[in-house]
Amino acid sequence: MTTAWVSGDSAARSVGADEVAAALARGGASVKRNSSRGLFWLEPLVEVETPAGRVGYGPVSQDEVAALVADGMLEGRDHPLCIGAVDALPYLTRQDRRTFARAGLHEPLDLAAYEASGGLAGMKRALAMPPADIVEAVVASGLRGRGGAGFPAGIKWRTVAAQNAPAKYIVCNADEGDSGTYADRMLMEGDPFALIEGMAIAGLAVGAETGFVYIRSEYPAAIDTMRAAIRVMTNAGWLGNDIGASGRRFHLHVRRGAGAYICGEETSLLASLEGRRGEARAKPPIPAIAGFLGAPTVVNNVLTLAAVPTILAQGADAYAGAGRDRSRGTQPFQLAGNVRRPGLVEVPFGITLRELVEGFGGGTASGRPIRAIQLGGPLGAYVDASMLDLAMDYETLAANGAMLGHGGIVVFDDTVDMAAMARFAFEFCAIESCGKCTPCRVGAVRGVETMDRLLAGDGAARHIIDDLCELMTDGSLCAMGGLTPNPVRSAMKLFPEDFAPRSLT
Amino acid sequence: MAHRNNGGADPVSICARYSDDPTALIEILHDIQHAAGAIAEGDLHVVADRLNLSRAEVHGVMSFYSDFRREPAGRAVVQVCRGESCQAMGAAELIRTLSCALGAEPGETSADGVTLEAVYCLGNCALSPAAAINGKPLGRATPARIVSAVEAA
Repeated sequence: MTTAWVSGDSAARSVGADEVAAALARGGASVKRNSSRGLFWLEPLVEVETPAGRVGYGPVSQDEVAALVADGMLEGRDHPLCIGAVDALPYLTRQDRRTFARAGLHEPLDLAAYEASGGLAGMKRALAMPPADIVEAVVASGLRGRGGAGFPAGIKWRTVAAQNAPAKYIVCNADEGDSGTYADRMLMEGDPFALIEGMAIAGLAVGAETGFVYIRSEYPAAIDTMRAAIRVMTNAGWLGNDIGASGRRFHLHVRRGAGAYICGEETSLLASLEGRRGEARAKPPIPAIAGFLGAPTVVNNVLTLAAVPTILAQGADAYAGAGRDRSRGTQPFQLAGNVRRPGLVEVPFGITLRELVEGFGGGTASGRPIRAIQLGGPLGAYVDASMLDLAMDYETLAANGAMLGHGGIVVFDDTVDMAAMARFAFEFCAIESCGKCTPCRVGAVRGVETMDRLLAGDGAARHIIDDLCELMTDGSLCAMGGLTPNPVRSAMKLFPEDFAPRSLT
Repeated sequence: MAHRNNGGADPVSICARYSDDPTALIEILHDIQHAAGAIAEGDLHVVADRLNLSRAEVHGVMSFYSDFRREPAGRAVVQVCRGESCQAMGAAELIRTLSCALGAEPGETSADGVTLEAVYCLGNCALSPAAAINGKPLGRATPARIVSAVEAA
């Protein structure tokens, strides 16, 4: 019986992958559910195993399956929906997938397939190394925090390793709340063992025996997959009291968020993990010194921790060999919004925005001109079409008033109302502010009101918004209030014509 | 700290499942709401007592997080994403049309028991606009697809 792969990722399922899988089974295929390839415009994507490799068809609706099977889909025959050999798609061959090397290849909870494709090699190597050498390998790789701040992961680990404390913790920040980002979700649903392996290696490196994955409640499938994967790894002896028969311990737990964007900020996340309101606090002390329950804690993003097994397995130099300047390795970019070919693009830092949005993305989904692109989530700046040749790395973006954030890229066509987007940035901050500091709590509300005044024709409001943005940037306790001015100011600077007085609806 | 699947769905049993650990408060509130559809005032008192927290602390946590409800939602909960990616693909128009079709504004429950919620990112940004019906994700959402999913729910 022919094997047909249909992704079990929740994005694929959101457009009918389950129904397509059921129709294929009725049509005589042996259906297996793989992780997501990250080729979302093709979902639901069916990959048929043939002697020449996997042949893809997409997007396939359940109503088309019977006809496709009759036309020889299960023999890999040509068809208008056939995209040929999936591995040969330029969208994939032009990438340098490391963190997402396994994306779409097998079933997410198949530990044997994980190991056969290079999984656990990093863990085995780490178990044979002195902890300090693991830390130094991560330092040498140049890996920086993929959550948005870009702090060197190895330096953070070194700080935690140097603390003399009875308990230390590894916390994975899986509170991926930025609009335009979904790589954490894809990784947890699709390659959960890589994250677990990375966290266990972090535990070995810094001397922590307990870890938590803090997953937002909006990701129920990721929560279920991570819990199941922890059971598989525990039963296989890669988690627990004697990991890899080394005598070392590492226990991992999943904790759910409860619908609060601010909990992606690390001090808020730690408060939430302790069962408290997710309020940010001032740093210092940094979590590496006083984190979960006051103990030294590594807090890293999903993508940061999931990059670690590859770094250990292939060596720090192999990872650091990709990228440019101080942005080493690869970044999983996520194309979203009004883009023809939305998907996950993992490439070395330094690729231009144009290559991502036009090359990979194929321009807008609507076919209209690109007008604005928001980089790095709701707290990131907007750029315009004249900035498409920017190189995507931490320093270049910072020098141009933008930020990489978590690698999200949201494209807007020329129908976008940038004043509405600037107003939304304040509104979002007002809704999601934890309320602890005044610049963010009050500033965001005043921002919405003042933007409305500006759009109603009160010219004096422009200076008040400038002033407010400066205050929020300088005076907020964390990045929520501190970065909200990014989208506001960039929109006002690049698209001044949108801020002319108008009749408000 | 360990999560053991023993016992019932009442607040005391749920707390016991987490060894009455106050750091598990959010997990406990999730479980209570999952079992009962909402978190009643009396449940908060029980949880505060079991975890050795003040009622104010438990109330403060519950009211901080938008997931937790004092009153049960409708028979169907429709979440529509308002994130930037979904806005780039027409989320504002989608929410307006849906409000009319369902007879509920965001944050309200319609007369026939459909709760509409505007949310901030469902992580399905490559298939914007995104929605979820009773937690089941729906990508490339249109009013028609959402309404038929609600009818099937």
